[in-house]
Amino acid sequence: MSLTATQVEAIPEKKNYLNHDHTIWSWLSTGDHKRIAIMYLFTVSIFFFMGSIMAGLIRLQLISPNSTLLEAETYNKVFSAHGIIMVFFFLLVVIPAILGNFLLPIMIGARDLAFPRLNLLSYYLYLAAGVLFLTGQCFGGVDTGWTFYTPYSSMYSNSQVALTITAVFIAGFSSIFTGLNFIATVHKMRAPGMTWFRLPLFVWAMYATSIVIMLGTPVVAITLMMVVVERTTHIGIFSPDLGGDPVLFEHLFWFYSHPAVYIMILPAFGVQSELICAFSRRRIFGYHFVAFSTLAIALLGFFVWGHHMFVSGQSMYQGVIFSLITFLIAVPSAIKIFNWMATMYKGHIRLQTPMIYAISFMGLFVIGGLTGLFLASMGTDIHLTATYFVVAHFHYVMVGGTVTAFLGGLHYWWPKMFGRLYPETLAKYTAIIVFVGFNVTFFPQFILGFLGMPRRYAYYYYYPELQPYHIMSSLGASVLAIGLLLPVLYLTWSLKYGPKASDSPWGAHGLEWQTQSPPIPQNFETRPIVTDDVYDYSDDENEVYDQPDVKQKPTPAGAH
Amino acid sequence: MATNIQEAALEVHDDHHHGPLKHQYEDIDQQNETYIVGMWSFLVTEVMFFGALFLGYVLMRWEYSNDFYISHFQTEVFWGGLNTTVLLSSSFSMALAVHFAQLKEPKKVIAGLCVTLLGAFCFLGVKSHEYLVKIADHHVPGPSFIPPAGTTHNGSQMFFSLYFMMTGLHGIHVIIGAICITTLIILWAKRKPVVTEDYVPTEMVGLYWHFVDLVWIFLFPLFYLIPK
Ligand SMILES: [Cu+2]
Repeated sequence: MSLTATQVEAIPEKKNYLNHDHTIWSWLSTGDHKRIAIMYLFTVSIFFFMGSIMAGLIRLQLISPNSTLLEAETYNKVFSAHGIIMVFFFLLVVIPAILGNFLLPIMIGARDLAFPRLNLLSYYLYLAAGVLFLTGQCFGGVDTGWTFYTPYSSMYSNSQVALTITAVFIAGFSSIFTGLNFIATVHKMRAPGMTWFRLPLFVWAMYATSIVIMLGTPVVAITLMMVVVERTTHIGIFSPDLGGDPVLFEHLFWFYSHPAVYIMILPAFGVQSELICAFSRRRIFGYHFVAFSTLAIALLGFFVWGHHMFVSGQSMYQGVIFSLITFLIAVPSAIKIFNWMATMYKGHIRLQTPMIYAISFMGLFVIGGLTGLFLASMGTDIHLTATYFVVAHFHYVMVGGTVTAFLGGLHYWWPKMFGRLYPETLAKYTAIIVFVGFNVTFFPQFILGFLGMPRRYAYYYYYPELQPYHIMSSLGASVLAIGLLLPVLYLTWSLKYGPKASDSPWGAHGLEWQTQSPPIPQNFETRPIVTDDVYDYSDDENEVYDQPDVKQKPTPAGAH
Repeated sequence: MATNIQEAALEVHDDHHHGPLKHQYEDIDQQNETYIVGMWSFLVTEVMFFGALFLGYVLMRWEYSNDFYISHFQTEVFWGGLNTTVLLSSSFSMALAVHFAQLKEPKKVIAGLCVTLLGAFCFLGVKSHEYLVKIADHHVPGPSFIPPAGTTHNGSQMFFSLYFMMTGLHGIHVIIGAICITTLIILWAKRKPVVTEDYVPTEMVGLYWHFVDLVWIFLFPLFYLIPK
């Protein structure tokens, strides 16, 4: 143990993707997927911070049944900004653009993504979209919610709808180009011996996500553009006074925006599979089932959008069919959960920070998924639709799922990205704070919703009995805020003061752990040739880990 | 420092030496196959992009079938047919350009591309003429809209909304195509190795142009040839 640490310390700073060129221009004009990932990490964090501030304002407002903190109109703009930032500038981007960009080429043994300059363009489109959105905020913001429902958005709203939608449209193209890059890379850039069924499940997840992005995003892009055209020129097909159909907007919008949920959660599934295997020291149970369930979710996801419209005037028969397919999609999701549990069973589980996030992911996602079934049944949905039950449900899936998996993945690959270890004990406690804070925030919202608290309301003076639940939720939000702020602090601290990490600090399997930490600009000294199976932990006895508080199996003297 | 500059110079020299092969690929075949996979994926995205509008068209025509039938006499089959001919011929000249790119015959490639570009301008010219006629006839949806005789206000507004949105989006694609073709002509005229030593960039623009053509093949009957 101490031997490896001193070995690492003794070697002078090697050339890597971070230090081979220091100028600002070398960052801004880079084609290196790893540098672009770091640029995304920085920008996405800023947006997440802004979105969280909005969430904080919402929770402050709702502490009192008749709050005067925000006017009703301001409140509408705040929750709209929260939704738009979190969906379009955080959740859809966070795992594909940060972890996916960084890891996908390394995991398949490539020197870079297929189209590095397109990748850089994706980043700048994302940045431009963000700037445009913030410009819209400066000019008064938008009050339509993140869903931009017509005819409110196209005819009546007096806020910055056109600017905001254009921003979302541009962000969509950033996302499309990332998906295109991933698809071409996975198809054509795999190292010799890296067959489709040797791909890490994270790569499968990225591939399935890219398919959803490529098929879904253009539909919402053109739909939102139609709203802008209709708002500005009166040429449109949504406004009733033109003879158009506002419900058509909902169909087109949810045709993308339900699959968009899978753009957010499939990458999380991918991270989850990596974490569970690495910290259970076992090959994943049912590799093919997990891989194909990923594709099944991606494809089935395109045929369930009507469950958002049970009360929007679609026919009962449509509703029944959408309800059935929605139930069906729970099957591949459950397959994954069972496979992860079977992987952990009889594994050598090491409860380190990423694994704590992985386990809390499973608990939270199961609650989020099962409460989704209440909303998928038409009968119960009539009662629960547009209440806090829905809010709680999708926060369990999005925050409990995507954010938890992202944090787990970020901790897991942090030593690879920056070559430094973070303070493990502090990180473990933080993971638990996040879990507790999250549950205290969102579990009361299930009850609130069931009792009838509508979403998007700035007050509830007509029903003051709801206040204790709101107070609890706001209390939980402040705990969650601490849990999300701590990683920012200690991860930044570790960049300079963290102990140096070895090339494979977790002793995990996979090509990314066979290259240097942090990797050299072209990822590998020579092109890797893959000869062993994916997640092959069979020769686990002589692994070396440099995590300080891991209980090591005694290794035979002279093994290293 | 001096060694750094030397290294950089060496790298630049290296890049030049290898011609169009990018550093992330092993060989030119891998690069070309990857480009083609990327291009086809992009075209799938484009299909979905137009798909939403085609769905809107189907639903609205179902709802207002009689209005669509009467309104479609406002579009002139002559101009639409002319544009169809122009686009089809430009697709043919584009295919020839790609063919000669594979044979590495720059002059013939440039000739093919110029004919294609001419087709694009022809198309845009005819389209602008048609738009101007409709604006003069008050057939642009909105407050100043006057429905053609025998149609309801709503139905004919839907027809012209879809007409302007779908042909407008298609027109934007024609303009983007014209920009790509112009760039390609300049690259070929300067005999840049990125196009002369590798036909795939030319082929990609070709694929895009055929797609633009294909969309028009669907738009033409939907707006000019509606049967009773
Ligand atoms: Cu949904």
